[in-house]
Amino acid sequence: MTKKHIIISDPSLRDGNHAVAHQLSQKQIAEYCKRADKAKIPIVEVGHGNGLGASSMQLGEAPISDKVTLITARESLKYSKLGIHVIPGFATIEKDIKGAIDYGVDVFRIASHCSEADVTKNHIEFLRKADKEVYGVLMMSHMISIEQLVQEAQKMESYGAQGLVFMDSAGHYLPTDVKQRVEALIDSISIPVGFHGHNNLGMGVANSLAAVGSGALLLDGTICGFGPGAGNTQLEVLVAVLTMEGYDTGIDLYKLLDAAIWAEKELIEEIPVIRPISIVSGMAGVFSAFLKPVKRIAEKYDVDPRDVFFELGRRKLIAGQEDLILEVVIELANAKQKELKAGSI
Amino acid sequence: MAKLKVAILGSGNIGTDLLIKSLRSKYIEPVIFIGRTKTSRGMQKANEWGVPVSDAGINFIIKNPDCCDLVFDATSASGHMKHAEILKKLGKIAIDMTPSKIGKMCIPSVNLEECLNVTNVNMVTCGGQAAIPLCQAIAQTGSDVEYIEIVSSIASISAGPATRANLDEYIHTTENGIRHFTGLNRSKVILNLNPAVPCIKMKTTIFAKIKEPNIEALSNAVEVVEKRVREYVPGYEIIVGPTVENARVIITVMVRGLGDYLPEYAGNLDIINCAAIEMAERYASK
Repeated sequence: MTKKHIIISDPSLRDGNHAVAHQLSQKQIAEYCKRADKAKIPIVEVGHGNGLGASSMQLGEAPISDKVTLITARESLKYSKLGIHVIPGFATIEKDIKGAIDYGVDVFRIASHCSEADVTKNHIEFLRKADKEVYGVLMMSHMISIEQLVQEAQKMESYGAQGLVFMDSAGHYLPTDVKQRVEALIDSISIPVGFHGHNNLGMGVANSLAAVGSGALLLDGTICGFGPGAGNTQLEVLVAVLTMEGYDTGIDLYKLLDAAIWAEKELIEEIPVIRPISIVSGMAGVFSAFLKPVKRIAEKYDVDPRDVFFELGRRKLIAGQEDLILEVVIELANAKQKELKAGSI
Repeated sequence: MAKLKVAILGSGNIGTDLLIKSLRSKYIEPVIFIGRTKTSRGMQKANEWGVPVSDAGINFIIKNPDCCDLVFDATSASGHMKHAEILKKLGKIAIDMTPSKIGKMCIPSVNLEECLNVTNVNMVTCGGQAAIPLCQAIAQTGSDVEYIEIVSSIASISAGPATRANLDEYIHTTENGIRHFTGLNRSKVILNLNPAVPCIKMKTTIFAKIKEPNIEALSNAVEVVEKRVREYVPGYEIIVGPTVENARVIITVMVRGLGDYLPEYAGNLDIINCAAIEMAERYASK
């Protein structure tokens, strides 16, 4: 019996950028790409944490342009396809996507917040006409019902997406949540389904396994879990577990493990661990990449970052709304001042 | 004094809200509401309010050139590219609500007087209306302003199909507006659609990279801007005054809508429409 093939996409150099305030260097990109290529990872995603055109004061400015990043990665990838993440609202066809085509990107992952698939229509259609490989990506997918998720996925399929990836951007899912969503998607769309996990609640690999067990064909994972907060699904563990479960990924495990050893020394400032604050962020269902700004701003105004996360979760902030953290922190700080005053009377 | 006769072209959220605001105005009077299908919600509302409707698009104005003096074009950027020439030939003042970039960019608190001299004005974008007066205050009070970036969050439900199809144009037009009004070479615009229920009110944050920010002067200038914009957008409120955080100067403004066609969370719809009405009323009293 032939083993079931799972396509692995590796966003270490994209999601990992969140963990280092988008400061990955040209050299790090070139060196990791070479190792990923040797390990025969099918798709290697690079760029700013929020994708193409997202270098900004809002989210953090990258030291190198999208152009340099893409050209550097392109030169180092022979076997692997070069992938990018694109969020309409940050990147535009004219300013960003046309350039990315010229620099040799193979796989375009056009993403939106889970409920807003229709903003990806122009971009997906444009890229399909340009004969590029295009996936639709629904981020922060825990924020909507399964029925809504299916509707949004169907929209992306109708625009021409050739695969549909739903992201657990906040690390909020448990395996049953993932299983139910994959099953519902497979029943309703005819393109391959993929899952992108985060590890806030220690579920990255378990959720990915639940996804393929229910019929998903695409999985995302990052080297050593390199990613925001508690990190992503840890790629080398994922590939090992998939192998043990009888799936084929086409990845050379030893070369991948070598890449992990290199990454720990040369790529990653701090190996992701599940710290208490990331557990709170996962429970609150807040975008994992909010960790750095929340910690920084909460400390400045002397408020408990856990309170900030639960408040952000209550207000249902989505990825890209980092600017509103300051407002929430100032409000909490003012409320705290008031309480202290009331207590002193 | 007779009111200025205006036509509204486009029966979506923007057009229908403009209709309500025009009906209330002392200076302008909506004489025709033009869409494409008579069954649309906007057209039905116009009927209810006793405003004549047409489903003939721009052809209605071509066939009835004397019906109005001013046209609000609330169709789409590609729509206005066709309409601009026609309206010019017919001698109509055009207030363009789309990000077409054809007419003179108009931010009432910044350049209203200059705009009265031209016959096609472009209302930039909702984010532009909220941010540009503040960007200008930053450019005027700070020395060595290197770069400005604005991020807007709006309620998903307030972004209709045309807005969603025009996201790229929204970004390009707003970035262009910031550069035009501040003289800076570099600007960046980000838009988030947030589906949270209850709906979030429109918020726009301005980030500026300034070598030596003068926060006191900027705070005073921002207060003046807030007061001036509130004269025509009552729900315009600075919720985070100029603050330095992580080497960035940050200002956040919230816009509470008047709640005319869409509820008050839709400040994005309200601010661009309030600006357009302000402009039309000034043409009327010219």
